[in-house]
Amino acid sequence: MTLLRVEKVSKHFGSLIAVNDVSMTVEPGELRAVIGPNGAGKTTFFNLISGFLTPTFGRVMFDGEDVTQLLPARRVWRGIARTFQITEVFPELTIRENLRIAVEVASGYRLRVWQSQDADGEVKARVVDLLEMSGLTEKADRLVGELAHGDQRATEIMMALALKPRLLLLDEPTAGMGDQETYDITQLIRKLHRDQKLTIVLIEHDMRVVFHLADRIMVLDQGKFLAEGTPQDIAANEAVQAAYLGKAAA
Amino acid sequence: MGAIDFNKRAANLLVWLLLGTMPYWMTAIGGYVELGSRAVVLGLGAMSLNFLLGYTGVLSFGHAAYFGLGAYGAGMMIRYVAPSTGLAIATGILVGTVAAAIIGPLIIRLRGVYFAMVTIAFGQVFYFIAFRWNAVTGGDDGLTGWTRLPIDLGFTQIDILHNPIAFYYLVLVLFAVAVGIMAFLLRSPFGRTLLAIRENERRARFLGIPVDRHIWISWIISCGFVSLAGALYALLNNFVDPRALYWTQSGDFVIMAVLGGMRSFWGPLLGAAIFVVLQDYLSSQTENWMSFLGLFFVLIVLFFPRGVLGIIRRKVTP
Ligand SMILES: Nc1ncnc2c1ncn2[C@@H]1O[C@H](COP(=O)(O)OP(=O)(O)OP(=O)(O)O)[C@@H](O)[C@H]1O
Ligand SMILES: [Mg+2]
Repeated sequence: MTLLRVEKVSKHFGSLIAVNDVSMTVEPGELRAVIGPNGAGKTTFFNLISGFLTPTFGRVMFDGEDVTQLLPARRVWRGIARTFQITEVFPELTIRENLRIAVEVASGYRLRVWQSQDADGEVKARVVDLLEMSGLTEKADRLVGELAHGDQRATEIMMALALKPRLLLLDEPTAGMGDQETYDITQLIRKLHRDQKLTIVLIEHDMRVVFHLADRIMVLDQGKFLAEGTPQDIAANEAVQAAYLGKAAA
Repeated sequence: MGAIDFNKRAANLLVWLLLGTMPYWMTAIGGYVELGSRAVVLGLGAMSLNFLLGYTGVLSFGHAAYFGLGAYGAGMMIRYVAPSTGLAIATGILVGTVAAAIIGPLIIRLRGVYFAMVTIAFGQVFYFIAFRWNAVTGGDDGLTGWTRLPIDLGFTQIDILHNPIAFYYLVLVLFAVAVGIMAFLLRSPFGRTLLAIRENERRARFLGIPVDRHIWISWIISCGFVSLAGALYALLNNFVDPRALYWTQSGDFVIMAVLGGMRSFWGPLLGAAIFVVLQDYLSSQTENWMSFLGLFFVLIVLFFPRGVLGIIRRKVTP
């Protein structure tokens, strides 16, 4: 069954139409990339799915239910987690504390004022797992705000992952990273997709990453749907080359 | 990690030791016991404010409203209903907390300066009611004609009215319970959601924390404890007047919290102690004591944005 079905969504900012009548369906286990030139509306499209914004027109269906009007927190409870183009973490807390909050909230403990030893132990163990998975163990007790950009972004991804999402939205996960960091993050995403069968939609400018990871690619341009297909289809698509690759080359 | 934990424990021990023995050294250094009670009561107010300001990241400039409601609640209970110190305190807490719970939903969607402004506005409403409603509140002259009463434990009576040391220890016990609860909450998963909101509201929201609701709860807790402080303040003075509700009182709490250090648990208490002592000393020296205090505050904020405790902590932690 289809996990995410975005139906003809539009977002108007005054006279600017940032997203214009775009549809997309994502199947469970899929890794979809969304690409397009700067200002194409990719982030706005994510905002409509995650509830940061509500669409001017159209619907967002998640797991067969209409979530178009739900608040962000409620979409998270249903299994939609996201990261942001500009990293959003808790800078004055350590990585461990950042992850711990995410794990606790995901475990439904957000209103608890008391926690049993057992529950606390489980939370801590899960945090350790997440740290190991991301290779952040050695830096776990450092303040996130003091870490390198790449580590901050990895922390944010692990926080989203701590929510045990059914759909993970990543907005340019490798933005501003060096080659090694880009490689590490790419491997991490690949592992999540392959081993955990996690459904992922990612926005990405780095074509090496896109072609390495994506099952299917959707292309936006000036708010409009331009093309969709396998990496090979997209690479061969002339409209895409004209709008996107052409622009990048120019 | 270990060093920080040790420092924290040492700081806690020092604070409780100083507070526990206050009546015995206060007079030796030229103070008097009521001054200590005042510092602890206002310190509780500032620490309550800081639960919201320092640990949830929300600045209220209207906490005097709930402080004042606590004070009037306590005073009016004794004056009009029942001569019981215990009931007076309970009523003060109840009145302030209920008011905060009702006003909360109207303001929790606001952020930053807007939130601060609207909390002032609500505060001023209560101020004008107390000011105008002469027949019940005593208006500008304040609520008089009552005093705190001895506490009857059945087998014995504690005369908190004539024995300032006994009253100080009553204040200290309630202070301990209140800050104990706040510390406990801050160490819980719920407390960590508040830190999350302070650190990054957007991230908190997209972790699935219903931010407005958690701010509302934090607001109620904070206002509940500030109304306890207000009730104790009324009992300390055997008197309440509308100034307890006035926006400058809210400002005093903010000053205390920032002065002492709003990122440290004990900072606001230290800020309150400095405030109370300076006020006591300066007001006997000069009419313009407020300007001197203001100057001191500005200097601290300019040069030590983390407050007095922030300076000390930087010296202590390796
Ligand atoms: N909140 C907003 N208010 C007004 N205009 C907005 C808002 N958010 C985005 N826009 C505009 O909508 C258009 C699409 O922006 P969006 O951020 O979605 O693009 P993008 O594809 O993510 O670009 P980039 O690759 O640079 O991240 C841009 O012209 C942008 O200026
Ligand atoms: Mg973008």
